[in-house]
Formats: sequence, structure tokens, C-alpha cells
Amino acid sequence: MRVPILKQGDYLIASIQSALSDQELMQLRDDLAEQAGRFRSRGIIIDVTVLDVMDSFACRTLRSIAHILRLRGAQTAIVGIQPEVAFAMVQLGLALGEVQTALDLEEGLALLNQRTKREGSREG
Amino acid sequence: MDERKTSRSTKPAPPSLREESPESTAGLLRELVAHLRENRTQLREEWVRRITESKLLTAMTREEIFAEATSVYDNYVAVLESGSVEALQAYARDLSERIIPRGVETHEVVGIVLLLRDVLARSLFKKYQSDFGLLNRVLDAYEPAANRIANTVAVSFVQERERIIRQQQEAIRELSTPVLQVRERLLILPIIGVIDPQRARQVTEQLLRGIRANRAKVVVIDITGVPAVDSTVANHLVQTVDASRLMGATVIVTGLSSEIAQTLVTIGVDLSKMKTVGDLQGGIEEAERLLGYKVMMEQTADKLP
Repeated sequence: MRVPILKQGDYLIASIQSALSDQELMQLRDDLAEQAGRFRSRGIIIDVTVLDVMDSFACRTLRSIAHILRLRGAQTAIVGIQPEVAFAMVQLGLALGEVQTALDLEEGLALLNQRTKREGSREG
Repeated sequence: MDERKTSRSTKPAPPSLREESPESTAGLLRELVAHLRENRTQLREEWVRRITESKLLTAMTREEIFAEATSVYDNYVAVLESGSVEALQAYARDLSERIIPRGVETHEVVGIVLLLRDVLARSLFKKYQSDFGLLNRVLDAYEPAANRIANTVAVSFVQERERIIRQQQEAIRELSTPVLQVRERLLILPIIGVIDPQRARQVTEQLLRGIRANRAKVVVIDITGVPAVDSTVANHLVQTVDASRLMGATVIVTGLSSEIAQTLVTIGVDLSKMKTVGDLQGGIEEAERLLGYKVMMEQTADKLP
């Protein structure tokens, strides 16, 4: 199943609905890269609330999504990582690197607002 | 006397004796029980005297010892008679539950059971000393039963003790890691006492759940009450910080004593990713700053007459 991507003002919200295969993750990456350019988005939120497992491939893909989108001029925030998932990730040494994280969708939006405002003012 | 008894209990009886009386063990035990019932008062008093003499059960008064001794004695005889240790097991657990909080040690409990075994064996020696063959057969019947009883009581005591220890550990764990909200979106987690890997894991789980439940953005972990930090604990702290960050919360660690700070630097744990502040007050102030709170003192003192 394709991950639905919603456009909300300057932001795109990708809300993952069920566990994703590697294929679907890559599809998500391609979709986001394409739509971020098309809608001239400044921020992307990926909601992973439903995921109860996060493997190394998923982490790497999320990292690379954030990278790609940064190159296309947008900030990425991962939201909704479950406590168990967060703990398992650090135990397995799976890092999200410099990718922004937030508690939930609301927090993610607040975070992006803050970030993009700062960036915006810096860049004029 | 003692020596002889021990050597007899471990040495298997000569086969000829057993073949001679294959089914009389039960009969002998019956006779034995009758003998023990008959001399109940005297044997019991002898036993209590020996307990006091050996300075066992010092936490209990003489009357208590006597009361317990009576019921242990009756249970003991009952087990010899029926051969079933279940009632004794239940009694031993119950007894342990009562006496463990009063500081009775394992060696004391094992000691008194062995004393009773000794007292009874001596009385058997006295009774059957004229007929050595009969004495031998009586002891053959008595020793395994007595050993089983001693074993049962000791095991029940230790099990009860372990159960209590487990229960208390659980209670201490529950008590010692509260996750407290001090302001909207600000949690503090004071850690007191030694952190072992199991507890460290539990602390992390509680914290992560707390972050979710309280929608926290900043967490102050105070480790003033932690006596020592080794590399395992330090790494666990780092993991906790990372996991919290994944959930969108910033962690500030406070209360690293100078000794702990020196140890961490000496063993070379990388805490560069961790935000640290000297004490809890400083940590909370820093957290308030991050959250955008501004705490000001009301200048009422000046206005007062």
C-alpha cells in the first residue's frame, strides 16, 4: 500500500498506516522527493506512530529521505516513535543522525514552524 | 555420639538387614512415633534446653521458642507417622514468614532442626541400647525420614526468604524511580541508589513512557543520589538520552559529583552528546530556559513597610 502524503500549507505529511516493506519505503522516498519539489514544500513530517518495529533499513531510508529533502530545500521531522521502538533503536545502535524528531504530529508541526521561520529569516 | 549418627546416616544399611525385614519399616516407624508421643514433654524440654544452650533463636523469647518448639515437634512426629511432608512444608513456610522479619538466620533454623534430630536419635539410642540389631533397624527407618524433614524445613525457609527478598526488591524498584512533572512539559527523574543493568533498563522504560504520557519536551535526570557510575551505567545514560531524543525530548543530566565526573573521564566514556548541569536547581533553570519560561521574583520585599 502506498503511504498517503497530505499537503498542508507549506508542509507535507506522510502518515504511515501499517508496517512497510523495503519496497514501500523506497516508494515513499521517491514520492516525497518528487512531491516536495512539486509543491515547493518547506517541511516534511513522517508519522511513524503505528510502527512497532524499526529496522536498520528503515532507519537508513529515513535518514536518506531527510538528506534528499534537505538538498531540495525542506526540513524533515520524524514523529511518533514509540517508547519501546526508541529504546530498541538505541540498543541496536540504529541512529537517525541529525534527523529531527518530535513526540507527535502536533509537536512536529511546532518544530517545523520554528525551524523554517528561523531559516527563512536567515535567508531573507 | 554426633559423629556416629552422621556416619550412620550416610552409610547405606547392610543389605542383609533390609532383606530380613522388608516391610517392617512402617511398623518400626509406628513404634517410633508412639515412643516420641509418650516422651513428648521430656524430649521437647530437652530440645528447648539444647536450643538455648547453643544460643540459637536469640531474637525470640523463651516462651516463644517453647511454643514454636511444641508445634515443630508435633509436626515432626506427624511427618514421621504419615510420611507426607506437605503439612510440614506449609507450616515451615508460615513459620519462616513470622520469624524472618525478626532477624532469624538460616543457620539457626537448620541448627534447631538438626538439634531436634539429634535429641530424638539420642533418645532412641537410650531406648534400644540393649538390642543393637533392633537399634540398627530403628535408625534405618528413622534416618531417611529425619533427613527428609530437615531438608524440607531448610528448603522451605530459604524459599520463603528468597520470596521476601524478591518482593522487597520489587518494592524498592517501584519506589525508587518516580518520574515527576514539575512544570507543563518538564519532567524530573531523581535517581537514588545503585543502578544495576536491570534497574537502568526499568528507569529508561519508565522515563520513555513518562515522556509520552506527559508530552514532555525537557527531562532533567538527577543522579545526585547515585553513589557510583561505571561504564555500563554511563552507556545506559547515553542510550536513555538518545532514546528520549528520538521521542522529541531533550535530556539534561544533573548532579554528577566530582568523583563520578573524574571516573567517567578516566574510563573514557564519551558524554559529549549529553547536556550536563551541575545541580538539580541549575538543571531546572536550564530546562525552563529551553521551554521559554521566565521565573522572576516578585519585588514585594521592597514594598513592605
